[in-house]
Amino acid sequence: MAGTAVRGRLTWQVAEVASVLPETPSVRTIVLEVPDWAGHRAGQHVDIRLTAEDGYSAERSYSIASAPGEPLSITVERLEDGEVSPYLTEELRPDDEIEIRGPIGGYFVWDGGDDRPLLLLAGGSGIVPLRSIMRYRAQTGSHVRVRALYSSRSWTDVIYRDELDSYRQDGNADILYTLTRHQPSGWAGHTGRIDPAWLTEQAWPVNESPVAYVCGPTSFVEGVAETLVRLSYPAAAIKTERFGASGGQK
Amino acid sequence: MSPITRGFHGRRRPEADADRVPPGQFVTEDFPVLSAGPTPHTALDKWTFSISGGDGPQSWSWEAFRALPAENITVDIHCVTRWSKLGTKWEGVSVDTLLSQVGHNARFVMAHCDGGYTTNLPLADVTGGQAWVAFNFDGKPLQPEHGGPARLLVPHLYFWKSAKWVRSLELLTKDEPGFWETYGYHMYGDPWREQRYAGD
Repeated sequence: MAGTAVRGRLTWQVAEVASVLPETPSVRTIVLEVPDWAGHRAGQHVDIRLTAEDGYSAERSYSIASAPGEPLSITVERLEDGEVSPYLTEELRPDDEIEIRGPIGGYFVWDGGDDRPLLLLAGGSGIVPLRSIMRYRAQTGSHVRVRALYSSRSWTDVIYRDELDSYRQDGNADILYTLTRHQPSGWAGHTGRIDPAWLTEQAWPVNESPVAYVCGPTSFVEGVAETLVRLSYPAAAIKTERFGASGGQK
Repeated sequence: MSPITRGFHGRRRPEADADRVPPGQFVTEDFPVLSAGPTPHTALDKWTFSISGGDGPQSWSWEAFRALPAENITVDIHCVTRWSKLGTKWEGVSVDTLLSQVGHNARFVMAHCDGGYTTNLPLADVTGGQAWVAFNFDGKPLQPEHGGPARLLVPHLYFWKSAKWVRSLELLTKDEPGFWETYGYHMYGDPWREQRYAGD
């Protein structure tokens, strides 16, 4: 678990909204212009701060959606009882300014420096940091094998669908969807959660030294990580990022 | 001075609790979970708690640990990911009790946990009735995803310092970064001074 020390001071910076892109009815991607952005690694997150006229402020963390080298973007899901996510998904518009600081996190990252096959397991908006990884992998022409299992409530809730599908073309990438609540008629993909049987079938065998990145709600991550442990994945090869019902990503 | 975010009003916290919530935090009724890897499940008959780095090793089985005098603790907790939970109820063994039979000249401790997680703390912050090894939450055994069978509880620091699945305390004469501290988080982590990341 050796880490890359990030010991410089992280200061708040003012970011201007360059564009907002609808992803699903409740999710949008916000592209930010940050004058002194030092760059980021795939899988990291940023802190966002919003300040009301009377000085009241609210801060939250969001995973970075863009690949390293690209302008910073985050993808935000609106949570009905949220304080920050409704603002970001409904009110914020181009040219608005918000404060950010980061990038943060040095463990749940992928730098492309090794050949270990990637197993990416996403629940809902947990796809966001994994999309940064897949996007970076595609842009760098990496031949590392990747298999992503992505669980959504319904077909309209799938974020980045066209982009994810496009990664299949390179032969070393596979993306499999499962829909937990509603399936379109004639749905041929998986139905229900990423259950132990399906995950066992799809996971890279341990003797190929895979590394798994798991991101989603707590119950999702607990279930998936437990199955990987049973499949003898070493703990150090299971990197997790979780958010509870009112966790850091609200 | 932060610029005003156009159209943002926010949701104020109840007045009564305002002075209990550190800057940048919001109150949640839930108990979110955050960890870097899978949840370890250590059977109680395999579980031990030990203290190393003092004059001779000290170790307790689960039974011996549970036979130590325990305390009920009601505290507010603050996670670096910005949730705070007020009035949480725990039962645990004070770190003072655990250290009372160990001679040492340490100034820092490193908590070691199942799964390889570590976190560093000044000795002065885990003594004097400020830290516990907690095994009950809300009157029930602490669940594995929240750090059970036992976790460190150091409520006056950000909650990553309250290491889940804690199995030992290593006494040290100088400070060394633990797991999250190596990845850019603050060495001390005082929520009232918003010491989230290195340099804060």
